[in-house]
Amino acid sequence: MVLSANDKSNVKGVFSKISSHAEEYGAETLERMFTTYPQTKTYFPHFDLHHGSAQVKAHGKKVATALMEAANHIDDIAGALSKLSDLHAQKLRVDPVNFKLLGQCFLVVMAIHHPSALTPEVHASLDKFLCAVGNVLTSKYR
Amino acid sequence: MVHWSAEEKQLITSVWSKVNVEECGAEALARLLIVYPWTQRFFDNFGNLSSPTAIIGNPKVRAHGKKVLTSFGEAVKNLENLKATYAKLSELHCEKLHVDPENFRLLGNILIIVLAAHFNKDFTPTCQATWQKLVGVVAHALAYKYH
Repeated sequence: MVLSANDKSNVKGVFSKISSHAEEYGAETLERMFTTYPQTKTYFPHFDLHHGSAQVKAHGKKVATALMEAANHIDDIAGALSKLSDLHAQKLRVDPVNFKLLGQCFLVVMAIHHPSALTPEVHASLDKFLCAVGNVLTSKYR
Repeated sequence: MVHWSAEEKQLITSVWSKVNVEECGAEALARLLIVYPWTQRFFDNFGNLSSPTAIIGNPKVRAHGKKVLTSFGEAVKNLENLKATYAKLSELHCEKLHVDPENFRLLGNILIIVLAAHFNKDFTPTCQATWQKLVGVVAHALAYKYH
């Protein structure tokens, strides 16, 4: 799976649009993921996961920042996320299936807040981008 | 047997009552074919699927999207009995149509995104969770008779 020039431009467009809401959307993505896929909570036993949790907000910001970083370096996602990739492989070891779940929730958040921006073409590009990010983060698992 | 709480049933029926089945079905199927282009393999006889614009405007895609979502409506009416409701369709998808059940999951996820775009903030996390559960059990019911 390769990101075309159009894909890259679509993704960059989305992220420049949402940059001021990154923290908010990151937190909402996580909240939806925890609600919709309760098994994902198993990675956060040390977190307060109630609605409005400061820990979820902070972690949402981290996740959103990483996605923005990847979008800003879309020609070399592996390079941009190399340290995060090491972290996920060595320490966090989040099962690869969960990146799809996060991705689905991120797309839902986009659909809710920017429905007109999420055209079918942009939806496709974003989905590919999120897959690529997931692949990078799990690339050193074995 | 899947258990549905009163709240879940309410979230399902209230959302469904506001869905334009024809529009939503057409959009969901079009997005499936655009976002996951390999799903076009089942629709060789649909004519022009060469671009997102072609897919969105394709009358066969619209018609089939409506058919699929209309069938989904049967799930909403038969929440306590999904396996029986979809038994024949499951056999059809296995024996005649040869559709990998993974495709039901893909379409289910796309449907969620279409609903989210339509309902915006009303599509709360609990609402999303309920609907993801529903599309999951529908996918499971459609795969149940596979052999």
